[in-house]
Amino acid sequence: MDALLDPFAFAFFRNGLMVATLAGALCGLVGVYVVLKGMSYIGHGLSHAIFGGFAASTLLSVNVLLGAAVWGIASALMINGVTRRRIIGADAAIGVITTASFALGLALFAVFGEGGSRSFDALLFGSILGVGMFDVLAIAGVAVVVVVVVVMAYRPLLFTTFDPEVADVSGVRTARVEALLMVVLAGTILSTMKVLGVTLIAAALVIPATVARMLTHSFKRMLALSTLIGAATGFIGMNASYHLDVQSGPAIVLVGAAAFGAAFASTGVRGLRRVAGFDEHYPRSAAGSARPGDRRVPGGS
Amino acid sequence: MTTEPLVRLDGVTCTYGDEAVVRDVTLDVEQRQFVGIVGPSGSGKTTLLRAMTRTVAPVSGSVHLRSGLRTALVPQVETVDWSFPVTVLECVLMARTGRRLPWPTRSELSSAFEVLARLGIERFADRHIRELSGGQQQRVFLARALLGAPDLLLLDEPTSGVDVRTRHEVLHLLADLNRDGLAIVLTTHDLNGIAAHLPSVVCLNREVIGAGAPRDVLTPDVLERTYGARMEVLEHGGMPVVVDAASNHARDALPRVR
Repeated sequence: MDALLDPFAFAFFRNGLMVATLAGALCGLVGVYVVLKGMSYIGHGLSHAIFGGFAASTLLSVNVLLGAAVWGIASALMINGVTRRRIIGADAAIGVITTASFALGLALFAVFGEGGSRSFDALLFGSILGVGMFDVLAIAGVAVVVVVVVVMAYRPLLFTTFDPEVADVSGVRTARVEALLMVVLAGTILSTMKVLGVTLIAAALVIPATVARMLTHSFKRMLALSTLIGAATGFIGMNASYHLDVQSGPAIVLVGAAAFGAAFASTGVRGLRRVAGFDEHYPRSAAGSARPGDRRVPGGS
Repeated sequence: MTTEPLVRLDGVTCTYGDEAVVRDVTLDVEQRQFVGIVGPSGSGKTTLLRAMTRTVAPVSGSVHLRSGLRTALVPQVETVDWSFPVTVLECVLMARTGRRLPWPTRSELSSAFEVLARLGIERFADRHIRELSGGQQQRVFLARALLGAPDLLLLDEPTSGVDVRTRHEVLHLLADLNRDGLAIVLTTHDLNGIAAHLPSVVCLNREVIGAGAPRDVLTPDVLERTYGARMEVLEHGGMPVVVDAASNHARDALPRVR
């Protein structure tokens, strides 16, 4: 028992644990929209885009956080703009814009050196070393803003995520709502990248929401469950990171993967079919409206 | 006394890229009207609905909506993401117009249950939208549309991909709503459903080929120009019945009216 509590004696671990728990919760909350909009790839892409911002602002001696934030939000809005015009699909837009940004970051570091930035490993896979009170406060601030946005814009966000065309007709300003969601996502990735790392942040966005979807069919409950699962994976993953001496990012993601395995074991194929992307859209036969997996309502028409 | 139409399309042309999907369409949707738009796939039916909702802007012509018009759209069931985690009540409450918060007000909740009860699906409020039969699912999206008390209801192929019983159920329900004063425009491939239930029809193949009462519009000539194939129009119970010209059995069994 004492061994489990040992790391709490260190301030860096306490800070790291707070950041990881908040990061997990934040990614869990925002991940619900990412998963339901079928844009799981975007977390992966945006974190790579923000890496380019880190590199550029480091070399230009601009405030790294500010530079990466501007870069990340610009990338997010660019993806949103290209996608809305329907010239190319969202996946292609993310692929082009974010990998180009990541490649630029790599090229800048290769040509000019790391310029005193933290090590590549830490940036790519996450680290709790150097996590201070500022990081705790920064992520707490972002978390508060995101929760306020999700609560205050609950209905337009839900309507736009579920059915953007009808939402538009019903008076929801879907373009604004989607842009807002992209800004929220960029802020979430930016604030959690330190602990989770560029390469693994997508998993932190996707896994809690996927597990939550397997457990409920209510949107409201999915939001709450995904946030709780994200927080729990962050907390447990950070402890595992210390005791197993692995980077925080992989530890958190592996705990999330274990949660997915547990949810799959308890809900089976039924749970998996609930998840967007795994589910099939059953064609209705001319002979009847019932589809495989449908439950016929007793006495219903 | 003349009343302003709810929607006036005047010489509307819409394009996707360089191709005109809808060409020079002039059409009025009046109060309490119940009209079906028919035409082959790719004839511009959905684009015409989108022009009425102003989600597609015409490249020429004008779309005039009556001031303060409340429009609601019911999407094609095939486009619905059935794996999305929403219960029937959550789905209907998306259309509430007041509070944006997750918790509806008492009056919003009571309006939602009132609409669900009117459509006979109140007891399914906590079910996931996929756990319903085809007709009940259609009613969920109708309920969502009705929650905002629209003046005009637009439905994109509400009878597509559903069985015969559900199709009749949906059309009867829409006829009831129309009798209560709601103007309805729907697109469909179901010519005989239109002939049996709707007072007016528009035949569209990128441009309007014919518009009016089914008895006047559903003629072999108009249908051939609309669909590019010869069809027979027979009479059954005083209503026109459209059959493929190759369908000898039906043609022999029923009197030809034109």
